[in-house]
Amino acid sequence: VMFYRLLSIVGRQRASPGWQNWSSARNSASAAEARSMALPTQAQVVICGGGIMGTSVAYHLSKMGWKDIVLLEQGRLAAGSTRFCAGILSTARHLTIEQKMADYSNKLYHQLEQETGIQTGYTRTGSIFLAQTQDRLISLKRINSRLNVIGIPSEIISPKKVAELHHLLNVHDLVGAMHVPEDAVVSSADVALALASAASQNGVQIYDRTSVLHVMVKKGQVTGVETDKGQIECQYFVNCAGQWAYELGLSNEEPVSIPLHACEHFYLLTRPLETPLQSSTPTIVDADGRIYIRNWQGGILSGGFEKNPKPIFTEGKNQLEIQNLQEDWDHFEPLLSSLLRRMPELETLEIMKLVNCPETFTPDMRCIMGESPAVQGYFVLAGMNSAGLSFGGGAGKYLAEWMVHGYPSENVWELDLKRFGALQSSRTFLRHRVMEVMPLMYDLKVPRWDFQTGRQLRTSPLYDRLDAQGARWMEKHGFERPKYFVPPDKDLLALEQSKTFYKPDWFDIVESEVKCCKEAVCVIDMSSFTKFEITSTGDQALEVLQYLFSNDLDVPVGHIVHTGMLNEGGGYENDCSIARLNKRSFFVFFFGDKVLFCFFFLFFFLEKRDGVLLSRPGWSALALNLIGPRAVDVLSELSYAPMTPDHFPSLFCKEMSVGYANGIRVMSMTHTGEPGFMLYIPIEMKSHSYAPGWSAVVQSRLTATSDFEVGSLSVTQVGVQGRNVGSLQCPLMFSKDSFATLAKGMDFIGRDALLLQKQNGVYKRLTMFILDDHDTDLDLWPWWGEPIYRNGQYVGKTTSSAYSYSLERHVCLGFVHNFSEDTGEEQVVTADFINRGEYEIDIAGYRFQAKAKLYPVASLFTQKRRKDDMELSDLHGK
Amino acid sequence: MSISALLSMGRCCCRCCCPRGLWMLSAPCCDDRRMCVCPGPRRIGIPVRSSSLPLFSDAMPAPTQLFFPLIRNCELSRIYGTACYCHHKHLCCSSSYVPQSRLRYTPHPAYATFCRPKENWWQYTQGRRYASTPQKFYLTPPQVNSILKANEYSFKVPEFDGKNVSSILGFDSNQLPANAPIEDRRSAATCLQTRGMLLGVFDGHAGCACSQAVSERLFYYIAVSLLPHETLLEIENAVESGRALLPILQWHKHPNDYFSKEASKLYFNSLRTYWQELIDLNTGESTDIDVKEALINAFKRLDNDISLEAQVGDPNSFLNYLVLRVAFSGATACVAHVDGVDLHVANTGDSRAMLGVQEEDGSWSAVTLSNDHNAQNERELERLKLEHPKSEAKSVVKQDRLLGLLMPFRAFGDVKFKWSIDLQKRVIESGPDQLNDNEYTKFIPPNYHTPPYLTAEPEVTYHRLRPQDKFLVLATDGLWETMHRQDVVRIVGEYLTGMHHQQPIAVGGYKVTLGQMHGLLTERRTKMSSVFEDQNAATHLIRHAVGNNEFGTVDHERLSKMLSLPEELARMYRDDITIIVVQFNSHVVGAYQNQE
Repeated sequence: VMFYRLLSIVGRQRASPGWQNWSSARNSASAAEARSMALPTQAQVVICGGGIMGTSVAYHLSKMGWKDIVLLEQGRLAAGSTRFCAGILSTARHLTIEQKMADYSNKLYHQLEQETGIQTGYTRTGSIFLAQTQDRLISLKRINSRLNVIGIPSEIISPKKVAELHHLLNVHDLVGAMHVPEDAVVSSADVALALASAASQNGVQIYDRTSVLHVMVKKGQVTGVETDKGQIECQYFVNCAGQWAYELGLSNEEPVSIPLHACEHFYLLTRPLETPLQSSTPTIVDADGRIYIRNWQGGILSGGFEKNPKPIFTEGKNQLEIQNLQEDWDHFEPLLSSLLRRMPELETLEIMKLVNCPETFTPDMRCIMGESPAVQGYFVLAGMNSAGLSFGGGAGKYLAEWMVHGYPSENVWELDLKRFGALQSSRTFLRHRVMEVMPLMYDLKVPRWDFQTGRQLRTSPLYDRLDAQGARWMEKHGFERPKYFVPPDKDLLALEQSKTFYKPDWFDIVESEVKCCKEAVCVIDMSSFTKFEITSTGDQALEVLQYLFSNDLDVPVGHIVHTGMLNEGGGYENDCSIARLNKRSFFVFFFGDKVLFCFFFLFFFLEKRDGVLLSRPGWSALALNLIGPRAVDVLSELSYAPMTPDHFPSLFCKEMSVGYANGIRVMSMTHTGEPGFMLYIPIEMKSHSYAPGWSAVVQSRLTATSDFEVGSLSVTQVGVQGRNVGSLQCPLMFSKDSFATLAKGMDFIGRDALLLQKQNGVYKRLTMFILDDHDTDLDLWPWWGEPIYRNGQYVGKTTSSAYSYSLERHVCLGFVHNFSEDTGEEQVVTADFINRGEYEIDIAGYRFQAKAKLYPVASLFTQKRRKDDMELSDLHGK
Repeated sequence: MSISALLSMGRCCCRCCCPRGLWMLSAPCCDDRRMCVCPGPRRIGIPVRSSSLPLFSDAMPAPTQLFFPLIRNCELSRIYGTACYCHHKHLCCSSSYVPQSRLRYTPHPAYATFCRPKENWWQYTQGRRYASTPQKFYLTPPQVNSILKANEYSFKVPEFDGKNVSSILGFDSNQLPANAPIEDRRSAATCLQTRGMLLGVFDGHAGCACSQAVSERLFYYIAVSLLPHETLLEIENAVESGRALLPILQWHKHPNDYFSKEASKLYFNSLRTYWQELIDLNTGESTDIDVKEALINAFKRLDNDISLEAQVGDPNSFLNYLVLRVAFSGATACVAHVDGVDLHVANTGDSRAMLGVQEEDGSWSAVTLSNDHNAQNERELERLKLEHPKSEAKSVVKQDRLLGLLMPFRAFGDVKFKWSIDLQKRVIESGPDQLNDNEYTKFIPPNYHTPPYLTAEPEVTYHRLRPQDKFLVLATDGLWETMHRQDVVRIVGEYLTGMHHQQPIAVGGYKVTLGQMHGLLTERRTKMSSVFEDQNAATHLIRHAVGNNEFGTVDHERLSKMLSLPEELARMYRDDITIIVVQFNSHVVGAYQNQE
């Protein structure tokens, strides 16, 4: 029944194609559809949202064999943003995973009409990305290199060629462009209807005019859905509610935080040109002019991402409003000027309508997918940052795989809901952040940019002090970390404004920091890293941890073990160090970014055990890392305790006094691989433990160190951090065998998978590359995502890079694969394969020779100020 | 020519005032009665023994720079004739045309008004020759704008700064000099260790040294007074151990608002002594800090420190001279502290804080949040009479001035009205030569029997903000002399709300081409920007204050004339004007209200 009802909608629609007839179709349909339908009382999966995301998830789930699925839509199918969408499908994205999703969507939509018989208006137009500046061209070249290696054709073309491809364009101010010939335009509403129709044929039940009130949760597990038409019991719930996803997430008793916020988005529709534009006319993206232009029924459709966006629906849901949002011509004026500058001949073209179509944005401009860390069975796919059509197919596929197999076929950590904590969920924060994110869509993205809004969500106890010392900050998951310390005589303004793909202005600052640090000792504020303490009444803590972590933790009291947290598939979830404080308590220190994830990971397992206590001391405590050859001297001077290896061996933990403060937990380990100590200080003692207590003894030899420097140190040490490693990599891939003791007598998560890999060999390995013929001053700097070529063949991409001041070379990390020359299949990567090869790294189209090597590095310090030098200006905020 | 003639002329300028700020000068020595100009009431004047009439000082009616060198460098009695002659000639001639060339002697601003070196006299005479060439001088609108906007500053409080939502949207400030250099100062800062924002205007007299010092230091004193005991301890410990200090204030400064580098260390030490005393005084009982008390303490303490620093002196001769100049000049202060819905205004002197309230019908009304401390305030007159013996009842306020000299009845600095005669003499004698050469500092006010006559203690007004309170205007008397408070509030109110006047456009069913629409939008935008050529409410207000004609609209010609006055004449038409317009966030204020 559902299917026929659906087809009737589609049929009516096809009879009157085109935007302007939409509303009439809706009105006539509404009377007929108003009758209520009895909902089923149970289902395996309930999907909320009948836009392109919900229908795509339903489509893919049903394709993969799940049949017991109910899709609920509060209004009508393919209403909301899907209906208003401009219909441009573009694969030129910044993240590889996004490129892959868009590529898959493109292929899916291409054959959808054939599969379902529903016209989707799919036309392969190709798209052209214009560059008005050299920096923009570099940015395009970087994307171009990455598109090519995953098999999407694209090329950098001259302005002259642009004029040939699109005769209306003014190309005088262009320096170049990128042409992606296989990009397409398509009617997104029709795509959603086609997907729904196919899903319906596969057995998915679709109900419109049914609102989800809240999701029922028991013991951290989805049990059902409460709707305005009754309850449905279910195992899985998928939140595809688009801009309403945030509120829906919070409506549960156990709230799921989905940080996104809508902004108004405008585009213009015109009547046809005198000689109507061909439907194959390529889509133009003029990011410097902040606009996009596509052909639309012989005329054009043009919109953009303005500098001063208008956030909307901050106060919450208002379904009615979305239907009659106001046009705001004054707001659109800059974009209109930009359009007429790009296509002067359009002056005489008649306006049809200015469409106001709200789009949803996320705090980091990446979409949100995956399972909630707090509620099992609660999946989310939302926050598309105005690329819903491009991502729809691929994202739906990955989420369906995730639900069916437990993990998607690609590494999607960058898009995983778990990257956010509840901190990013404040409405005010989101409102302000999306105002920054939306213009960023078309802003030039250069290495190391930081968001400016919604900062200082969490700060280290030393924040004010480090700030007073000239720290410049970057934000990581709401936590402020110092980037570098500006010397008093530097021009701050110039530093902050520098945007470049080349050598950055702070290069010399960090260099001097590193130089200082090599000679003696430095302090790093590590408060932003995640720390837990686990205690139990008996041996439960040990038992649980043995199961959770791959290494053997049954070590003598006081010892520290580096280990990893694996998933069932043997994939690497996180890196951590665990200290055994006494027989029954452990101290766990995570290095990665997955703060919330780690907590829930532990929480879920520990909750089921009686007598195990998980504390979260890390939120308010100060963690200092003392690194460098002289760290030993400093500590022994401060504590009057011998710190030689005999008394304090490496990977050891004990409580001691430091300065005036007693009972400070000191651990002989660092996360950069350098010799050094980790000090863990209760917040109330920080005054005694940072500089003052020490400086009395050490006499001005300490300085704080920045994150860039840590990056520069750690990258050379293959100290693997969250950024490099996704859930699909396993420990063997980066020869961290030591982290996982397969011989340990008992079972642990991912053990079987690991054993299997050990038997069969691994398919990729983390490798370090040192750029050889790269001129630091003149050449483009590597960032991440640069393709790696081995003997001229593509073998993988870099995951991160840093300049090593000791090697005086750039160092990149990346996974190397071994693709079969004949079939393209992945083969086993041996150490021999890595070593015997000539490597090149492609930075924006230029290939630089690279070598694989390992090197050690050292540490730093500077001067403290005398109190007679204090002035009123010391009391100013910066 | 007698001294009294000269004196009476000076006084004439001060007294006979007509509403437009134009003055008839009827000086005995001036044969042809001419239209002359006067800046309105002087803040301070020095009478000479033979007469009770006030005379020149640094801020005398006639062009300051003409008189100064004479008084400074020659013995007064010997040069009367010359001085009078010069002065007079200048006045009479200059009133008929606008002298274009002027003395370009502007040394370090802190020096400028207190003393001028001997070369100045020579420079002056050189300068005079140029001045005798009459020239018409009109300013074009862009030139007018560049003058008006030279000192404008705007600060927008981030809607959400990561800590709390602010009840202040932002503020606009601006100042227009009449004195050269300007004697007004302004300050604005956010308290970093406590909540709230501080804004203040300071009107200096007898030079800018005192207003400068107060503008740099007062907010620190207030911020420190507001700090809880633990924070004070932490800061003190940081200083003690040479660590980086907790920042206390985030300044919002125009590039022209400078801080004196040289005295920074001295000021810091005084401030540190203050917080050390606060730490010692803490009994650990009360933890609530009363803002009103904190403001009063901060004002009094700073004035006390200014006075003490001048008595103690400094081994560094430059600093020594600086602290003396600060103490012997004076400044009024009007400071607002805004924290959520709590608005405190602390006022010392005759600057004023005015609240702009929008009534339900959209009209604007003004609520005064401060009382002027001058002769127009009955309560102040009474206070002064009570504080001094009956025998002085007649002399304590004469001609609406304190001891016949000073217009404001409360002020920072001005130790001439605070110290005993002995102390004044001792300090001046032991002071540097420049001080000894200065007639003004040496002069003791008449009827000076029971000092102190002057205090810096502020009167603190509390106001709980309501959603209808849209903005606060802080301004020095330069504004209030020329404009009625009701007009001020109306002009700012209309300016702030007028921003959103234009109706949105919709295409509807009409045939409109892209080109036509573009033209229409561009036109709307330019119209918008010409209506609001001021992006700054304070600039807008100054434009009205200086350029308003009898119909209450800005007259460009008048504006152009007023702004093209040479430095030495400007002071005769108008006083320094300094304005801060603080805009409140009604939503936030309303939310606060609903919470309770």
